[in-house]
Order: sequence, then structure tokens, then C-alpha cells
Amino acid sequence: MFYGTELSSRLMLGTAQYPSPSVLRAAIAASGAQVITVSLRREGQAGGEFREIMAQSGCRILPNTAGCHSAREAVTTAQMARELFGTDWIKLEVIGHADSLQPDPFALVEAARILSAEGFKVFPYTTEDLIVGERLIEAGCRVLMPWGAPIGSGQGLRHRAALAAMRAHFPDIPLVIDAGIGAPSQAMAAMEMGFDAVLLNTAVARALDPVAMARAFGQAVSAGQLAHIAGLMPPRDMAQASTPIFGMAELV
Amino acid sequence: MISVLGAGVAGLCAATALAEAGHRVEVIVPEGAPPPVSHLAGGMLAPFCEGECAPEQIVLEGQGAVTWWSDHVPGVMSRGTLVLAPPRDTPELERFARATRGHDWVVPGALEPDLVGRFARGLFFANEAHMDPVAALRALREGLIARGVACHSGAPTGQIVDCRGITARKHLPDLRPVRGEMLELHAPDLNLTRPVRLLHPRFACYLVPRGQGRYMLGATMVETGRTGPITARAMMELLSAAYTVHPGFAEACVIATGAGLRPALPDNIPALIHQPDRIHVNGMYRHGFLMGPILAARLVAHFAQETAHAD
Repeated sequence: MFYGTELSSRLMLGTAQYPSPSVLRAAIAASGAQVITVSLRREGQAGGEFREIMAQSGCRILPNTAGCHSAREAVTTAQMARELFGTDWIKLEVIGHADSLQPDPFALVEAARILSAEGFKVFPYTTEDLIVGERLIEAGCRVLMPWGAPIGSGQGLRHRAALAAMRAHFPDIPLVIDAGIGAPSQAMAAMEMGFDAVLLNTAVARALDPVAMARAFGQAVSAGQLAHIAGLMPPRDMAQASTPIFGMAELV
Repeated sequence: MISVLGAGVAGLCAATALAEAGHRVEVIVPEGAPPPVSHLAGGMLAPFCEGECAPEQIVLEGQGAVTWWSDHVPGVMSRGTLVLAPPRDTPELERFARATRGHDWVVPGALEPDLVGRFARGLFFANEAHMDPVAALRALREGLIARGVACHSGAPTGQIVDCRGITARKHLPDLRPVRGEMLELHAPDLNLTRPVRLLHPRFACYLVPRGQGRYMLGATMVETGRTGPITARAMMELLSAAYTVHPGFAEACVIATGAGLRPALPDNIPALIHQPDRIHVNGMYRHGFLMGPILAARLVAHFAQETAHAD
């Protein structure tokens, strides 16, 4: 449940960088995604035509604050998003570093507190840091979105052990892997680890055939989710001796 | 009589092709109308590079553009396109190579001596060309006047061919604006002789030589109808990308900046759209100079068919 909303598809899609709105619409449909994120920091109020196309997709819109570098900017952008999209969902992004687009955890917590107090349902884009996660929950967030790897890098789950620790640390908070996913296998791995959803953009938008790639990601995410529910067998270490051993000569 | 509304690239290509086909044509631009956004274009005839994100139709139909423009205006330079990426972003170059055709891997410095030692590899699209869009449109307009085509701001007297770009949006609900921003630089110390595209996940740019040390630096693509001058962000991003191509651009003079709204249809493919009272040539997006000629030819074919039916 994401702020009380049940989602059958656990793939969330970004809407930037597609060859055209037609391709974007076809990709959304092929992916089965029910949530799409839309930026508006750069587009501003005058991006109405593109917003209208997004609204027609039938998906729930998760506006984002991409491109904001301070808590103040992010709060203003979130307020504008609520007005333009008519939703209190907001993907909160506060960028700490212009090149890697790494989140600024301090400004993030500050903005999350302000927005939660104003009634927003905040989806914070964060790192795998547990303490930052706790502070975000304390600030009012009921979903956390740790990065897999830097935005647009396609590196997958870069700190797998840390992400596994985060999953274990927040068993009751929906966790969405946001950013860094390059291949369906990586999205599937995240779902197998028990993450609740995967959010991605570049891997689909910049594929040579975005619609086919969207379908591939949709299938990978649902396969990973199913595998997690079904219960994966733990891997066995065949290098370790086991007992008893029949039929082997005991050489004294 | 055919009344072409608008004197941007779509309108002037249409009027030229119709006049050549023997139609009586007038070109109508309201008094005091701003210059067409085509004036801000790169003027690259680069169907193969555009194939990176444009559909196959653009790559195929755009290939006729070089011949059409060479036949109609002076100054079409067939020197190909050079595509580069900073060392860290070579995966972008690999992706570009996979997404396009008609290219060879080259050592950029071998083609452009100013780039010696700066980039280890690049892609060269030999069969592409470029021109100065302002000069090219001026030449088309002069050609029309020489043929006796009237260019005026009065009421249309014939069948309407609407080529007004984003201004026609009230007739075309699917048309949306995609803002583009550009700069013009004067960098006399540099000598790049062909369009150079720099790939980057976020701060991409292209540089088109205009001669006499002038370069067009473009262009942003923002899904918004916001008008007004170039933003500081666009300027900083474009200039830093140009600086990555060659640090000498830091010494350039910024001689002009521009911002305009590209008219785009949902599939970003320029099209003829038939309505009861007019035919639109619109949705040029970033393909005005590439696709203007073929749309004009399609328009001529349409009127030929109409005349045949009337007979």
C-alpha cells in the first residue's frame, strides 16, 4: 500500500527523454505501469499540453521536484505540482550534486517535514542510509525511495548488501528502488529482494525500442514480485562438505 | 489561387514548390508578425543523425532534402556531421552508433584539425549537409518574388495552406509547443568546418559553423509553451557543452541569443493535415529544413490530384 493506494503493477515510469509523446504513451501502455512521474521545474506552468498528454494516459501522476537544489525550491515546486496536477502525491527530489544527481539528505529531510505537515504524501528519493530513512519516516514519509545507483547511470543495485539491510530495517515501509536501473534483470533482482516497486526512466526512454523495453521491464518486475511472494530457495554452498557421505571410502 | 499563410520554412518551401508546379500563389504574413522560428534553426540537413531518436520515416524522407536545397538556394555545404562525446560519456557514442546508420568511426582531429588530441574517437556522417537558415529562407523568398509571387499582409484570396507553426494551434488541438533556445557565437580563433554534435546524458549541444568565425550553438528541448528570452540555465548548459568541444569557445563573443516554440504533433513527425477550410503544413518540430521539401512535394501532389478530379 502506497499511502493507502494498492497498485497491482509495481513498475513506476518516468516520462522524460522519450522520442515523442506517442512513443511515451505506447511505452506506458506496454509496461502496464499505473504510476508515472512528471517533472515541472523546468517546464513551469506553461507546459500544459504535455501535462494533458500525461493526464490522458490514465495513470496516477506522481509529480516530481527534479532539478531542485534546495529544500525551499523543492517545497515551492511541490506546491505548484499539487495545484497543476490536483494530487498530493509528490516525488521529492533535492539534488546535492549537479553531476551525479546524488540526493542531499539534509535538505531532503527538511523539505519532507514541511511538505508532510502541509498534507503532502511524500515519496522521497534518498540513499540507502538507514538513519536518513528513519529521519524521513519521523518527518512524515510512509514510503522511501532509495537509489539503486546514480540517476541515468544504469549501474543497477550498486550497494546490494546495504539495500538488503535497508529492506530488513524497514519491514513495514513500502520501499521503491528509484534510479540507476539499466536492465530488466536488475529490476527483477530488486523485486526478488522484497522491494515493493521499481521506478525508472532512462533505461526505457533511451532504449532503441522504448515500447519493447517497457514491456520487458513490466514483465521483469512482475516476475520478480511473484518470485518473492513464492519464496526463493536459498543458494547452497556445494563447496562445503555435508554429512552423511555414502559410498565414499573412509581412508584411515 | 493558393494562399500560403506564414513565411517560415514550411510556408516558403510550400509556396516555392506550388509556384514551380504552375500554381498561382500568394504568401501572407500579417504586418508586424515576429520573424519565423525557422530563423533560429540549426540549418543542419542531418537525416541519419536525427535517426537517433526520430522514426525511420524521417531518415528516409529527409535524405532528399540536401538535393532540394542545393537546387534552390546557394550556400549548402556538404561536409557531413561529426559526432563526439567526452571521454567519460563514450557509452553515449556507442548508443548513438547503434541507433543510427550511414556513419564511420573516425579520429575527429583528422577531419577537424582544431580538435587534434581532444577526442580519441568520433562518428562521421559523410552524407549530411548544413546551411544558414536565414540566408536560405531569404533566397527562397527572393526566388518567389522573382517568379511574381506576391508576399503581402492582406486577406487571403485563394485556397488556404496554413504554415503558421505554433500560431495555428487553435485549429490543431494536438499541436504542442516544444521550446528551443540557442546562441550565436563569434569565435574567430576557431575553425570548425562542419556541424559538430556533442553527446552527453544531459548537457548535449551542437555547433554549426556559419562562416567568418560565427557559430550557431543549440539547442534545448523543453516541453513548455513558455515564451521569453533564453534562460540562464540554457545558456550555461549550452556554453559549458561548447567549452567541452573546445575550450577556445570560452573566448567567443555571444553575438545573439534566441528562443522559440517548435510546433510538434504527438509523434513529432511533420505532416499535412486536411481540414474543410484549409490544409495545414505543420508539426515541423526539429525537422523543418529536413522535411519542408518533402511536405511541399506532397502538397503539390495533392493539388495535382484535386485538379485531375476537377477535370
